[in-house]
Amino acid sequence: MAAGTEADLSADDAGETVTATVIGGSGFTGGELLRLLAGHPNVEISEVTSRSKAGKSVGSVHPPLRGADLRFTEPDDLESVDVLFAATPHGVSMGQIDEFFEVADTVVDLSADFRLESEAQYDEWYDGHDAPAYLEQAEYALPEINRENLEGAELIAGGGCNATATILGLYPLFEHDVLDGDEQVVVDVKVGSSEGGAGGGEASSHPERSGVVRPYAPTGHRHEAEIEQFLGTSVAFTCHAVDMVRGASATSHVFPSDPVSKGDLWNAYRGCYEDEPFVRMAAGGSGVYRYPEPKAVAGTNYAEVGFELDPSNERVVVFSAIDNMMKGSAGQAVHAANVALGFEETAGLECTGLHPVGAP
Amino acid sequence: MTECVECGAEVSLHDDLEAGEIIDCTTCGAELEVVDTEPPVLERAPELEEDWGE
Repeated sequence: MAAGTEADLSADDAGETVTATVIGGSGFTGGELLRLLAGHPNVEISEVTSRSKAGKSVGSVHPPLRGADLRFTEPDDLESVDVLFAATPHGVSMGQIDEFFEVADTVVDLSADFRLESEAQYDEWYDGHDAPAYLEQAEYALPEINRENLEGAELIAGGGCNATATILGLYPLFEHDVLDGDEQVVVDVKVGSSEGGAGGGEASSHPERSGVVRPYAPTGHRHEAEIEQFLGTSVAFTCHAVDMVRGASATSHVFPSDPVSKGDLWNAYRGCYEDEPFVRMAAGGSGVYRYPEPKAVAGTNYAEVGFELDPSNERVVVFSAIDNMMKGSAGQAVHAANVALGFEETAGLECTGLHPVGAP
Repeated sequence: MTECVECGAEVSLHDDLEAGEIIDCTTCGAELEVVDTEPPVLERAPELEEDWGE
């Protein structure tokens, strides 16, 4: 089966090319994966599965891939490939992980199935785990906090979109000892409708979803587990569904025990992110977009992070913005795979965004 | 090169810098006023505040 768009039907002349399968390619993140992989200089898409869309061309579901000579297949008889991306709902990959490793050397799972470290965490936050033996070998896909362990990783666990936004915003404060884990951290995340996936439901129908600023999972959101796992502290976390299609914007309020200056904060954020290829800092500088903004990263693998100091309340307010389907899912997965497979980290992810642009 | 007074990152300066000129830091985006050129001295440039809450 031929694969890729007309612009990317041939292997890259300059480097190694690997073959890839996308499981569950008809959903939103599956479509984003395909869009990225079709333009990736080191990847040739071998197979895209979808039980509901088998036989249809990928372009019939994902308009950016119109013209690509690639059709969905049933997920029952998988081809052998170098890397397998699973964009299936939570709970699917853990049941098929043995099968995935029978046909691929590297597995990148975009669901929550391998994000947490222990079976006990899955018992607490999800509905248990069918393949806990794999949890120890899984590596969290966020290179900014786990790059060393991703190199050569065989099982990569994509981070949650809300958790990714929150972790990237707060990570420098813990890494540079502005916070030590004993302080209260309050996080409010505004999210777009694509977080709910392509399936939809009553609450996601356009008449109901349009225009809302609707709290959901106001306490006990599952992504708290990841945030706690990687930052080493619990957070008070609430999400609002807002009138965007793409985007997650996290606002975190923290109260350091010791006085902190803007210089301290810049040292922390520059120290963590100045050399990161996919993190941009925006902390009150100049122009129209002075703080992180989902519009500014829509369609890209970039995260924007920033902060402001509130001396009167001894508070630091931290902002972070990502495209939930890119940095929060498919882009993060490709970035992690690039690190794991030894490719240029930015390969396939060079898009820097659009300006001006409407609602993302 | 000189240091941004806002974030501490290195700011590249062009050769014919003039006092009073406003430049911006590519790391943090802060607008910086050139108050002296030999050696270059930068200060945070004043900016109109935004308040849409009134």
